[in-house]
Amino acid sequence: AEGSLVDEELLDDIFAILIRTDMGAGPANQIKDRIARDFRGRVVHTEDILKNIQDELSGLMQQDQEPIKMAAEGPTVILVVGVNGAGKTTSIAKLTRWFIDQGNSVVLGAGDTFRAAASEQLSIWAERLGATIVRGEPGSDPASVAFRAVDEGINQNADVVIIDTAGRLQTQKNLMTQLDKMRRVIGKKIEAAPHEVLLVLDATAGQNGISQAKGFSDAAQCTGIVLTKLDGTAKGGVVVPIRKEFELPVKFIGVGEKPEDLTRFDPEAFCNALFAAP
Amino acid sequence: MLESLQDGLQSAFKTLRGQGRLTESNMREGLKLVENALLEADVSYDVVKAFMQDISDKAVGQDVLKSLKPEQQLVGIVNEALIELLGGDSDPTLHLKQDVTVLMMCGLQGAGKTTTCGKLARLIGQDGKKALLCAADLQRPAAVDQLHIVGKSVDTPVYSEPGATDPIAVCQNAVKHARENGIDVVILDTAGRLAIDEELMQQLKTIDLKVHPDKAFLVVDGMTGQDAVNSAKAFNNALDLNGVIMTKLDGDARGGALLSVKQVTGVPIKFIGTSEHMDGLEPFHPDRFASRILGM
Ligand SMILES: Nc1nc2c(ncn2[C@@H]2O[C@H](COP(=O)(O)OP(=O)(O)OP(=O)(O)O)[C@@H](O)[C@H]2O)c(=O)[nH]1
Ligand SMILES: Nc1nc2c(ncn2[C@@H]2O[C@H](COP(=O)(O)OP(=O)(O)OP(=O)(O)O)[C@@H](O)[C@H]2O)c(=O)[nH]1
Ligand SMILES: [K+]
Ligand SMILES: [Mg+2]
Ligand SMILES: [Mg+2]
Repeated sequence: AEGSLVDEELLDDIFAILIRTDMGAGPANQIKDRIARDFRGRVVHTEDILKNIQDELSGLMQQDQEPIKMAAEGPTVILVVGVNGAGKTTSIAKLTRWFIDQGNSVVLGAGDTFRAAASEQLSIWAERLGATIVRGEPGSDPASVAFRAVDEGINQNADVVIIDTAGRLQTQKNLMTQLDKMRRVIGKKIEAAPHEVLLVLDATAGQNGISQAKGFSDAAQCTGIVLTKLDGTAKGGVVVPIRKEFELPVKFIGVGEKPEDLTRFDPEAFCNALFAAP
Repeated sequence: MLESLQDGLQSAFKTLRGQGRLTESNMREGLKLVENALLEADVSYDVVKAFMQDISDKAVGQDVLKSLKPEQQLVGIVNEALIELLGGDSDPTLHLKQDVTVLMMCGLQGAGKTTTCGKLARLIGQDGKKALLCAADLQRPAAVDQLHIVGKSVDTPVYSEPGATDPIAVCQNAVKHARENGIDVVILDTAGRLAIDEELMQQLKTIDLKVHPDKAFLVVDGMTGQDAVNSAKAFNNALDLNGVIMTKLDGDARGGALLSVKQVTGVPIKFIGTSEHMDGLEPFHPDRFASRILGM
């Protein structure tokens, strides 16, 4: 093929592709401007430009090798947070499977005492996967469930304790404060805990993902992201500005509804998929 | 960002004050700000592009009104066009029949279908009609339990079949049960699915064919981004949707995806979800929503 001149039209096409990833107008404009500076007037193939952008983005999205820092001794405690319906409970099932596959024992805390049948949902997963579960009555204090779950983890000498929380919007002040309370209660049992606070982010989310990352990080000191529902046509590009603004790494991605549908985040693969046709 | 659209426009139009007429060149910067605001609100790229062309066509050549500042005038034009797109045809009634009316909820995973089923049942009950919720999600762990708890909280019976594996049969039996028991409205709670999952999309079509729902409603998460066009298109192709409900608008999401969904489906927007609680369902107001998208 002949290639084409980097002109306004080609730059607009690139901009459209960037926008469709959900990275947002700000980052898309920045990249477009950089491409204009570096390539204007040259004859190029669009694929080469996209490859250039992919390299830039996967550099940005690099991170530590190990997704989860295991505690030196005692159970590693993971708190899982996020907005309603993002995929928290299902991601916990997947993480449970991931830990069990590596020979770790897992205790689950059904810290969503609010949503209808949330604790039943997690119980079904616990049973299927062979994890212990600690539950509370509907409407009971989630911090007390978290406390008991960590306690159970210590008593059983478990390797990992994962605590579910009810979905909430980052604008709900009281509910965000509740997350802080859960953190503090967990910290009373094990000083360094929770060792990880994972924000579950739905890949279909648009720019509100930025507000989610900010709100949940402020309230619960998130250590990383689980990006779910990447098996659909959504690209999940909002993690790009999130990484830029809050340095919050993506640790895992969810690619389905089954416990095995979790993989570690791979920056190259993710950035290649950003520009793949839907 | 968006809060400052008005401010941004004000400075973009500083030079325009005193000029008589909106032209393509004196509006360029202002239009760019509007475009960015729409993209930041998650309106899909193609919809934004078409919309901006439309706005530009409408605005160019207009005299700057003596009573308005140019930025106010442009915002006025944008606002009006948004309201028109979102639907002067908004119609929050359910159009129940004399006979049993069947409503089907569909959408992506976690959008808010089950919760919205409960909210609709509550609304129908308040109108003095009898609703029946049908547990047609046989996939998600504890989905049936969830619907039972939801049903109980809004005093609405739930039809479910323990151990069932065929959602189509469950829906058919629920409608039969409704006819035999003087129920007015059956609400089908289907499983969440991806629009590209051919097997599950086919299952929806089969329910449509065999159960003949009177209305199929797409439930869309208010935080959705650019992907909204893809999924809305696919659900509309499969089902000929009759309405859209957007959920989780109690937060700070702009909800611009609603514009995309409206554009690709052309069906009316029925309600918006504004809480996890059963009373959190509100009629849709295009004018309020336009302001929300613009962040004003
Ligand atoms: N396709 C797909 N679906 C997913 C994925 N992760 C979760 N889901 C589905 O998304 C829906 C919501 O998942 P949940 O795990 O219940 O989400 P949650 O965040 O716990 O929801 P709440 O507790 O109600 O806030 C379910 O239907 C899941 O099966 C994923 O990676 N891909
Ligand atoms: N804040 C808020 N939360 C909502 C609203 N509607 C639903 N939710 C919450 O969103 C989450 C998902 O709702 P569900 O009704 O389970 O969603 P679904 O579409 O049935 O999910 P699947 O069956 O797994 O596909 C739950 O935590 C609900 O409480 C709303 O309008 N506002
Ligand atoms: K994808
Ligand atoms: Mg959950
Ligand atoms: Mg459901």
